Amino acid sequence: MKVGVVTFPGSNCDYDAYAAVQHVMGEDVEFLWHKSTDLLGCDLVILPGGFSYGDYLRGGAIARFSPIMEKVIAFGRSGGMVLGICNGFQILTECGLLPGALMRNSHLRFSCKHVYLKVEQTSNPYTQLCIKGEVLKIPIAHGEGNYYNFDNDIKKLEDAGQVVFRYCDVNGDVNSEANPNGSINNIAGISNKEGNILGMMPHPERVVEDILGSADGLKILESIRATIAVAKTVSN
Amino acid sequence: MDRAYEQPLVTPEMVAAHGLNEEEYARIKEILGREPNYTELGLFSVMWSEHCSYKNSIALLKTLPREGKNLLTETGEENAGAVDIGDGLAVVFKIESHNHPSAVEPYQGAATGVGGILRDIFTMGARPIASLNSLRFGSPDNPRVRYLVDGVVRGIGDYGNSFGVPTVAGEVYFDEAYTGNPLINAMAVGIVKTDGIISAVAKGEGNPVMIVGSKTGRDGIHGATFASEELSKESEEKRSSVQVGDPFTEKLLVEATLEIIKKGLAVGIQDMGAAGITCSCSEMSAKGEAGVEIDIDKVPVREPGMIPYETLLSESQERMLVCVKKGKEEAVREVFDKWGLDSTIIGKVTSDGLFTVKLHGEVVSQVPSRSLVLGGDAPVYHRETKRPAYMDDIVKFNIADYSLDRDWNADLLTMLAAPNICNKGWVYDQYDSMVRTNTAVGPGSDAAVLRIRKTRKALAMVTDCNGRYCYIDPRLGAESAVAEAARNIVCSGGHPLAITNCLNFGNPYKPEIYYGFSEAVAGMGEACRVFDTPVTGGNVSFYNEDPERAVFPTPTIGMIGLVEDVNHITTQWFKEENDVIFLLGDNTEHLGASEYLHTVYRQNRGPVPPLDLASEKKTQDALLKAIQSGLIKSAHDVSDGGLAVTLAESCISNLDYQIGATIQLDDSVRPDALLFGETQSRVIISCIPEDVLKIEELFKEHNVPCYRIGTVGGNSLKINDLVDQSVSAMSDSFFKAMSEFMDRLE
Repeated sequence: MKVGVVTFPGSNCDYDAYAAVQHVMGEDVEFLWHKSTDLLGCDLVILPGGFSYGDYLRGGAIARFSPIMEKVIAFGRSGGMVLGICNGFQILTECGLLPGALMRNSHLRFSCKHVYLKVEQTSNPYTQLCIKGEVLKIPIAHGEGNYYNFDNDIKKLEDAGQVVFRYCDVNGDVNSEANPNGSINNIAGISNKEGNILGMMPHPERVVEDILGSADGLKILESIRATIAVAKTVSN
Repeated sequence: MDRAYEQPLVTPEMVAAHGLNEEEYARIKEILGREPNYTELGLFSVMWSEHCSYKNSIALLKTLPREGKNLLTETGEENAGAVDIGDGLAVVFKIESHNHPSAVEPYQGAATGVGGILRDIFTMGARPIASLNSLRFGSPDNPRVRYLVDGVVRGIGDYGNSFGVPTVAGEVYFDEAYTGNPLINAMAVGIVKTDGIISAVAKGEGNPVMIVGSKTGRDGIHGATFASEELSKESEEKRSSVQVGDPFTEKLLVEATLEIIKKGLAVGIQDMGAAGITCSCSEMSAKGEAGVEIDIDKVPVREPGMIPYETLLSESQERMLVCVKKGKEEAVREVFDKWGLDSTIIGKVTSDGLFTVKLHGEVVSQVPSRSLVLGGDAPVYHRETKRPAYMDDIVKFNIADYSLDRDWNADLLTMLAAPNICNKGWVYDQYDSMVRTNTAVGPGSDAAVLRIRKTRKALAMVTDCNGRYCYIDPRLGAESAVAEAARNIVCSGGHPLAITNCLNFGNPYKPEIYYGFSEAVAGMGEACRVFDTPVTGGNVSFYNEDPERAVFPTPTIGMIGLVEDVNHITTQWFKEENDVIFLLGDNTEHLGASEYLHTVYRQNRGPVPPLDLASEKKTQDALLKAIQSGLIKSAHDVSDGGLAVTLAESCISNLDYQIGATIQLDDSVRPDALLFGETQSRVIISCIPEDVLKIEELFKEHNVPCYRIGTVGGNSLKINDLVDQSVSAMSDSFFKAMSEFMDRLE
């Protein structure tokens, strides 16, 4: 597979995503410069974590206007795989590829720590190798990760099975103590209806080797690889 | 400015207001052969300030060990120290204070402290890989102190998080001595190919000099001078001396700077910190034994009407001075354009040894570069010392005065919840400790450990200083700081390589303060020789006083260690039931200067526990050997809070795996000293039962005291018949204390 990692000015997890794909998985990966308008034929576009354009206004608020985003939006709308991690998730909600908004954490502080995620959906290209209800240990690092949407829209998301990850405790219990930022229904990651676009606040690219405290992020990357491999076989 | 610029007349009052004494002013006149004009007065004022010139410290700093086989830079000669770590790589690191700015404007003060030290790393061509912070505040009972803690932590977090460097280790220490004058010491660590290190030099006549990064504004004028006087009520009015940080620009600046270095476009680079353009121009050209001439009107500025004096002394952040290879100007400009940053040629290297400033072609200031800088004509003073009277009183201590009729279980929980001991997750959870995915051991163990990609190696790093020890006995306190830093590195599986230091003291013109400084430097030097950890550089911060008092003498040590193989990385927490626990070192009946006295009796009193550097070194060498042989499952140094706290931390500090232990100690030592005394050179280790004999043999062979004291297991920590405390109660006390005292509203 070929992965593109967008570099906005202020992205700082772009290299981590790049390294996870190249060094750990041994797959092709390219940086996509924010001023470029060419996705270089990538099978997956990653919008990485960081503070695009400084994020002084609001996470992702400026990045959505980048030249590359026009292409990313078209790619996602036509079924291309787009993964937004942390700031990337914020950008996906800002540009309308995913519903809702990410507000400041309810405790009003930046928070970086390992958390546990319950996998709610496995019919999705990003989690197809996980078991439903499986608990993954993946870190968060954000100040604005408090997922919000109107009650009706939350209900629609839930009913359509678009909630992919929820914050939980080590035993998989979804409760308020395990919620690190105040997100409604402990939501940590959602997809669009079709499932090809995923946004998540936790950082799977940070946990791809045991030396980094967990390798659970690989389950997401391996799911992506399997999805793309199948898609390529079919199209061939 | 279109009209001809007329400089204000220099008056004696103006000279005094610039912090220059009569002797210094006479010297300036001698150097120039005339009276300085207003602009030149500003240059000398800031460059001869304590902050830039080290005039009251350099003579003693030169006594520190500065030699080592792997050092790639001369101490203090570059923006940061560099040490060869093999595989064609070097580690670059430095620590620096931002105390005064943080005292009046905690958020920006701390943020720009982080920004400044990061620039020191990447101006050398190194990619910053980690940030550390050593923080000291007054008692958290004081709401103003909590305001400072909150602002400083947010400032450090927001800057480092946005820049994209993991903040992985540090200290947070509370004592009333730091109430009005907190200490904010920021350290940064970077990695560079040994052949990619670039110097802070301007040379080669005709090479253009460029200013890159942010525009120059009126912020931070005389910041260095502000840092060189005591804090007072009026200090609040000096907020305009505090710079404002922009981590987004710094992130762009690091990428652009590393790119021009990699492309070989630069002769030398220096960041603009204290004293801004003045410092970088004069230091770079002095080092290159050259001169530099700049057109001040070419400097991009944020607002109209800035006079040369302001532009030259501005400490606006996120700027660099680059001496470019002639003919490469366009290539440099292209790189900075790509990153959306200004890059402007403001002058050129000359051969006359002068720092010349022109405004619309007219010279407004011209002084020899060397005359401004440390190692050139900047003054060097030897100050008077006098042993302070309190030192004789404070060591008077009779252990028999302290009751033994106590509930040790309750005392253990009190200690685990004490501000100086409790878990600092409230602080470090606000820092991104994992970005760049190299963090093998983050905050919360003895030292942080970062793997080095594409090698088997890792770097261990730590900051350390026990201010109370240094107050009671500055020489022994400084020795202890080095010893404990080294012990932390070894416990993490590393071999201590070198140190950087941040020397925080009061007013050097007070002989009692200078006594503390000279003793601390002596102790640090002695310990560094024993551990073979040369001093690669650092920073001196004097005038850390508020109207009430001076801070404790606080020589913060930042130490780097090399872990030869990632398999040697060791953490402090117990790993598995039935593992066997050993104590390295001897328990003695020593309670003086302890955190226990501070927490339970509100006393900073009694002699500092003695330290035998040779036996400490022996213990560390043997421990490292045991770790490298794969025998050690956990290692935790015994320091603040003594044995009971150390054992409790080994039980509870890994939230994913908490477990109890049963300990039997056969020493005839009073319970308070046994549990909470801080006898030095001790370590708690654990191993699998099958390795017990090998451990005993190894330490016996090295002549290091090693006692089998217990077993890992159960749900509580039991020590003799003194302590039987549940893991959950210890965990609650330890982990919840800081949010309880920080998040309260009153």
